[in-house]
Order: sequence, then C-alpha cells, then structure tokens
Amino acid sequence: MMYTEKVMDHFKNPRNMGEIPDADGVGTVGNPVCGDLMTIYIKVKDNRLEDIKFKTFGCGSAIATSSMITELAKGKTLEEGLKITRANVADSLGGLPAVKMYCSNLAADALHAAIEDYYKKHKDEKEMKK
Amino acid sequence: MSTPRRVYMDHAAGRPVEPRVLEAMLPYMKSSYGNPSSLHSFGQETKRAVEEARTKVVELIGAEKKESVIFTSGATESNNMAIKGVASRNKDRGTRIITSSVEHMSVVNSCKFLTTKGFETVFLPVDRYGSVNLESLEKELTDKTVLVSIVYANSEIGTIEPIREISKIVHCKNAYLHVDATAACGQIPVNLKDEGIDLLTVSSNDMYGPRGIGALYIREGVRLEPLFHGGGQEKGLRSGTENVASIVGFGKAAEIAKKEIPAESQRLINLRDKLIEGLTKPIPYAFLNGHPTKRLPDNVSVRYSFIEGESMLLSLEMMGVAVSSGSACTSKTLEPSHVLLATGLKHEEAHGSLMFTLGRQNTEEEVDYTISLMPDIVRRLRAMSPLTPKELNE
Repeated sequence: MMYTEKVMDHFKNPRNMGEIPDADGVGTVGNPVCGDLMTIYIKVKDNRLEDIKFKTFGCGSAIATSSMITELAKGKTLEEGLKITRANVADSLGGLPAVKMYCSNLAADALHAAIEDYYKKHKDEKEMKK
Repeated sequence: MSTPRRVYMDHAAGRPVEPRVLEAMLPYMKSSYGNPSSLHSFGQETKRAVEEARTKVVELIGAEKKESVIFTSGATESNNMAIKGVASRNKDRGTRIITSSVEHMSVVNSCKFLTTKGFETVFLPVDRYGSVNLESLEKELTDKTVLVSIVYANSEIGTIEPIREISKIVHCKNAYLHVDATAACGQIPVNLKDEGIDLLTVSSNDMYGPRGIGALYIREGVRLEPLFHGGGQEKGLRSGTENVASIVGFGKAAEIAKKEIPAESQRLINLRDKLIEGLTKPIPYAFLNGHPTKRLPDNVSVRYSFIEGESMLLSLEMMGVAVSSGSACTSKTLEPSHVLLATGLKHEEAHGSLMFTLGRQNTEEEVDYTISLMPDIVRRLRAMSPLTPKELNE
C-alpha cells in the first residue's frame, strides 16, 4: 500500500464528514476536472472554530487530508486556523506520496477559504449595522 | 484468524506465469545454457528450443513457418520496432503515419517521436465505444502514408477494433498495417492471413508467459530498420543473445493459449457479463465503458458518477479485491486515461472509472463477492462527495 496507516485510517473512518447547513463560512477548492474537489464548512463562536465539517470528491489522500484538517482545526482560533499549512496536514498523516503533495493536499486551502468567507460575511454584517 | 481474502482482477496489468510454462522454462535456467549461436551441441540444443518456441507463436497467430516472427523484450519494444523501424526504412514510400487515439503509450510516443524526425502523425478519432472511425481513416489515408498502426483491442476499455475493415482500407493505398495485439492475442483468435496484417505485436505475459519477452511478426517483403545493432541475431533485426528460457516459456504459453482459447474465452465472457451486470444494474448512475459486445472476454470497465476512481480502488483493496482505475491519481502524469477521454468522456467521468480484468484463476464465486461489495462502497463515497445530488444520499 502506497499510503501510511494514518492516511488509511482517516480514509476508512473520516472525522467530521458532512455539511453544516447554517455554516458561518464555506470554502471550496479544487476542480472535479482535476479529480479533486473539497468543501469545508465552519461554525464560529467567540473567534473559535466551534464546529467544522467537510465534503470531498477525490482520491484517498484528498479524503484523508480533509478529515485530518478538521481534527487539526477544531477548537482553534481563526488566526490559528489560518496558520495551518499543507505541510502540517501531510506531516500529521505521517507523510503523503510525493505525487499527491500538490494535487490532493488542498485541505489547508479549503479551510483558509472558509475562514476568509467568514471574515467577508462578518465584515458585511458589521458594515450593515453601522 | 483466517487469512484475509485476496481477489486479483487486474490481469491487464500483469498475469501470473502458468505452472506448465514455468515447468517448461526451468531446464533452460538450470542445465541448458548454450548460446544458440554456438555450433556445438550445447548451442544447438538451445537453438532448437528457440525454433520450437517460434513455431508455436507462428501457429498461434496463423503465420507461415518461413515467415518472420522476431523475439523482442516485450510489447513496448515490438511496437517501437514496428513503428520506428518501418518509418525510417521506408521514407521513400511516405512520411505520414496514421494511428488511433486509443493506443498504448508505446505506440503514441513512438509516433510522437517520429514527428521530430520529419514524419507527420495523425491520431484518428474513435466513437463513444472506442471503435476507430473508418471514414476518417479513409479521409486521412493519403498516398504519402507509409504506416497505419491500430490496436487490435484496447486493454483499458476492451473494445475490439474492426481490423478486417481497416486492413481493406489501408491496402487500397500503399501503406503497411501494424496491429498491436498485446491484449487480444491469447484471449481471442487472431489470424494474420484472414485479417490482412503486415506487422503484429504479441506479448508473452498477456498469455500467462513470463514478462520481458514478446514478438513482432513481420510479413515477408516488409523492410524495416532494426532498433538494436550487434551480432545479427533474429535475422539481423534484433541483435543480442536470445533470452532462451523466456522464449521457451513464451512458446509454451502460446501453445496452451491456442488449445484453450475456445473454452476459456467462453468461460470468461460468462463471468465478464455477470460482473458487468452486477456492477452497473443495482447502482444508479453506473455505466459501462467500451463496447457492450465487441469486447475482450476479460475486460470490465465501469464508471460511477460523482466519485473518484482511486478512492473506489482503495475501498476494494481494503476488502481484498485488486483492480485498476482510470483516474489521474493512479497515473504518473496526473492526467486521466487518454483512452477514456478519447471515447468522449468528461475528465470527471474518466476519473470515476474502474477497470476489472479477469483471468484464468478467477471464479464465479469471486465475481459474486466483488459484486456484493460495490453498492456500499459507492454509497459511502457518494455520501462524502459534494457533487452527489441530494436525493441520491437519502
């Protein structure tokens, strides 16, 4: 098997899979044409990632990295969430095959996009109140 | 604890060596070691073995004894030799090469290489089943065409090409027809004479012989440049001391294939059709790739919408079933299979394809087991996919 046990564990038993219907932020990255598409949903409370869920179309490592980032990010502050890198995700999984490092390691980007989405919506709300 | 179940359904990628083949090879790895070019009895013994093996390959493909069947290191070398060898030796006949868009990479890249040497290459389109478009062949076949190279049957989608019709068209002009029969030969009857083939690629492992050995049939009168220069073995067309044990194994595999094709192909067709039905009928948005009937007995290529091939492959692997996928994730280039794309599939459809290739040791019970796994695998991955329509997950 080309994947580590950790990757296979997350592939077999993905954590936090699903949608958050009333999410505070949603981030989607990738493209089905390239074989990977992931969406991260976040719920924010007191500047912390109170809940996080994912949905992913893609290969084993795309699913495992999505699952892993939800574990890494849950409970963290938004600033801490933005600091989680692709390399952090890969390392936490005990490494990914070289060929997968770029194409299927998009989970950090999806998390960052979800947080940016939250910031954007939040800013709009603030401005409306003014 | 019982040993985990293992089911091998990836025969297009590699086949086990048939025990009778291994048995035939062993003496040439132990006690018979003479060089077939040597005049003494040690050499004459292995020379005889090589010629007997050649006769068996000749008989399998319906060639004649005096004709050239050259042993090579496998299908990749045979394809390279046929395409580059014919093109460079016959430049006076033309500089146009025609091939199809569902060829093996050894054909694709040999043709592409020749475009850097003053040749032009045309890749013919195929229909949605992967069959070569005959009208476009007629249209593209000019007087300047030196070679047409078409696969007998594609190993990824199983579609058998109309070689007889192609041959008729090609031979209206002055071009040669090379056919890559790697996946077909040994599975279905291939007959050179009836089908009008000038050069034919044959592979040993695809008929349960050892790897690293193959052959190229060259019709009498076809001139070609060798790839290897050296001591002049194989009529000067493929220098290098003969790989005797592998050649003997290849010959034995050809002999067995010739005898067993009728019964075995029927058995495989029954398993294949059961597998196709079981993998597609009970599951929504499941489709067959390739031609429904003009199809290799061993090939089942299916696709499932909204999910990706490698994650299906891994899920099957977890249950002990070994298959291939058409997705980018299982290739070195990160592009989905060019063959699947050529049949008009979108990238995301090609990514969602799985290839099951059956073989001699597969049983009906294994087919049933594989069928029983698929609905849950597809359901689980669809539940994870953002592309799945809501009603499918309910």
